Amino acid sequence: MSIFDYAPAPESRDIARLKPSYQIFVDGAFRDGSGEAIKTINPADETPLAEVTEAGPADVEDAIAAARRAFDGPWGSMPGRERGKYLFRIARAIQERGRELAVLESLDNGKPIRESRDVDIPLAAAHFFYHAGWADKLGYAGFGPSPKPIGVVGQIIPWNFPLLMAAWKIAPALACGNTVVLKPAETTPLTALVLAEIIAEADLPPGVVNVLASNKSIGQALVEHDGVDKIAFTGSTEVGKFIQRTVAGTGKHVSLELGGKAANIVFDDAPLDQAVEGIVNGIFFNQGQVCCAGSRLLVQESIADELIASLQRRLATLRVGDPLDKNTDVGAINSAAQLTKIRELTAAGEDEGATRWSPPCELPERGFWFAPTIFTGVSQAHRIAREEIFGPVLAVLTFRTPAEAIEKANNTAYGLSAGVWTEKGSRILSMASKLRAGVVWANTFNRFDPTSPFGGYKESGFGREGGRHGLGAYLDV
Amino acid sequence: MTTLEHAGLHHAAGAELQSVARDDSSLRRFLYGLPGVDQVGAEGRAAGLATRSIKTTAKAWAVDTAIRMVDLTTLEGADTPGKVRSLCAKAARPDPSDSTAPSVAAVCVYPDLVETAVLALRGTTVGVASVATAFPSGRASLETRLHDVRDAVAAGATEIDMVIDRGAFLAGRYLKVFDDIVATKAVCGTAHLKVILETGELATLDNVRRASWLALIAGGDFIKTSTGKVTPAATPPVALVMLEAVRDFFGVSDELRGVKLAGGIRTSKEAVRYLVMVKEVAGDAWLDPRLFRFGASSLLNDLLQQRHKLTTGDYDGPDYVTVD
Repeated sequence: MSIFDYAPAPESRDIARLKPSYQIFVDGAFRDGSGEAIKTINPADETPLAEVTEAGPADVEDAIAAARRAFDGPWGSMPGRERGKYLFRIARAIQERGRELAVLESLDNGKPIRESRDVDIPLAAAHFFYHAGWADKLGYAGFGPSPKPIGVVGQIIPWNFPLLMAAWKIAPALACGNTVVLKPAETTPLTALVLAEIIAEADLPPGVVNVLASNKSIGQALVEHDGVDKIAFTGSTEVGKFIQRTVAGTGKHVSLELGGKAANIVFDDAPLDQAVEGIVNGIFFNQGQVCCAGSRLLVQESIADELIASLQRRLATLRVGDPLDKNTDVGAINSAAQLTKIRELTAAGEDEGATRWSPPCELPERGFWFAPTIFTGVSQAHRIAREEIFGPVLAVLTFRTPAEAIEKANNTAYGLSAGVWTEKGSRILSMASKLRAGVVWANTFNRFDPTSPFGGYKESGFGREGGRHGLGAYLDV
Repeated sequence: MTTLEHAGLHHAAGAELQSVARDDSSLRRFLYGLPGVDQVGAEGRAAGLATRSIKTTAKAWAVDTAIRMVDLTTLEGADTPGKVRSLCAKAARPDPSDSTAPSVAAVCVYPDLVETAVLALRGTTVGVASVATAFPSGRASLETRLHDVRDAVAAGATEIDMVIDRGAFLAGRYLKVFDDIVATKAVCGTAHLKVILETGELATLDNVRRASWLALIAGGDFIKTSTGKVTPAATPPVALVMLEAVRDFFGVSDELRGVKLAGGIRTSKEAVRYLVMVKEVAGDAWLDPRLFRFGASSLLNDLLQQRHKLTTGDYDGPDYVTVD
């Protein structure tokens, strides 16, 4: 029984300026796609949001041809400082329309407005600002005096951070002088299409950016098309492997940012209250639908009981519900298919003998919901410790020595990220050098910045996004 | 085994916990065995809690609760009996035009004005708190500081706000700080003891955590951030660490101790944010004037203005609330 219940504080959905229908963006113009008209739904209550006319095979041809014309024409010959101006313009427009984009993102994706407002949208703008600054300085980035772009880039992005992933992909590609055909995820096309509006209003030459809202078949068509010089993909390892097989021998460049099963390692000398926050942020941020989520907690045995008790107490204060309520911490799962996958893997966790715990929380009746969940008594052999769940589910394992922590953390097919919690600086450095993960966070987790390269080892993919290193993925080097 | 057990602290009643202070090295070992505070993380958590949006019914409850938690304070060299009487009238009935506005928790004055306050508040629910122990610096002999406390208690103070010896704390003489608190508690009688850590002078959040535990084990009923004479005074990360301390102290001793934030809190918005922190960090039990206070002078008027706005829909100017 609570004595200080927060009254509902919903952000108005009118701010999203939702239109009844959205069109694809090809060669500088919006048009109905030649594919099917589908309805995109609000995962929080399963109501339709808008109709989207999806791209068909003919649109892929047109988009790639337009991108080629732009690359061979105005964009390819434009000096970097001029390209930079366009990127600055896009960045400012994202900021100006930030509130609209945040509400739209929460409606289409199901993530809490607190996150779309404070993380997704500001970071998307930051990526454009950062790369705008690089556009005229590529000669000083360490890739030779005059590095050349690759050409026409096909970019396929996931549904977990729809606008942010579009920004991660488009900003460096344009800064380096490439042209783009972007395929957003089928369940979350709306903010990418508003970004197309922003790009149109920024007066980018036609064909520099094309946005093909569509299903998987169009992604596949992009991957297989001869007119595409590079594929940049963020998504599942399964699709990543398909892309790798398809482009093998074609000379196409490729960068893949795939799944993860990150270890968040807490030593007995860690700042425990902050570690609890980091664990929560690591696995419940964006409902755990994050490729670098800290989905495996490795805690030193001597503090395991205390830490789990603190974690459970903290989870009881998480607010699950309406994504548009400003006080919501955990929103809806993006789709029925994803919810099914999470349920299947958590059921496997129970079957294999791990102990399941969730805080008491009422889930809405309609929509796709999953309560924050912790599994204790997990062993390395359990599926929930090996497979990416991509949901708000934490597997807790214990270790006794630093060597054992390294061994368990690296014992995975993935290698995207890891976290280390200790007050001992030398231990942080020693762990970071031994962990096979592209990103190692020390005494924090899930922190992103455009200046910092991001990417994986092993089945988490290759290529880096962000920072100076990220430019290498869009230059012919 | 828990971290606190590592540090030498087993589940026990508050008085028994004092065994960790059996000698200097034992107390030091205990304080250094407490888990560290990562400053970046603590600041991030405090900032995250500040984004909660408290509206309508929740805000109305929070504003009234915050009024009931105010220690209405005047600590100026220029204080007079007349000023204190006027403050007491306001403490008992903050809004003369609205009898539903609750009284504040206490008034807080220097020891020589306690008697005036006690007389002025007779028959009300408002307590009388007195700063003592050579407030605000505490730079006097223990005997002088205790004399100060005895004066205030004899004059009828129900709460004593003492300062710790920050010099001794920063020099690592923890047992001296501890013994001072124990001695002060002993002369308080039935008066509640609030221990002012002066966190602005302790500088690090690790020190705030250590000083909080030291004061709680020594028997302080409340831990209090600041005298109000030093900047920075109460800040969100400091409040966070102190709320964690009383929460964890309850975990080992089953004893509920309070937190008082003092200095620099002037607006309802800040007060409501702190109540969110109290709820989400310490727990609902601390949403009570017996366990959480704001030491403030101008905060009350802003709370009253917000209260008026919530009940009538109109925001009155500063001339519609009394100046003291």
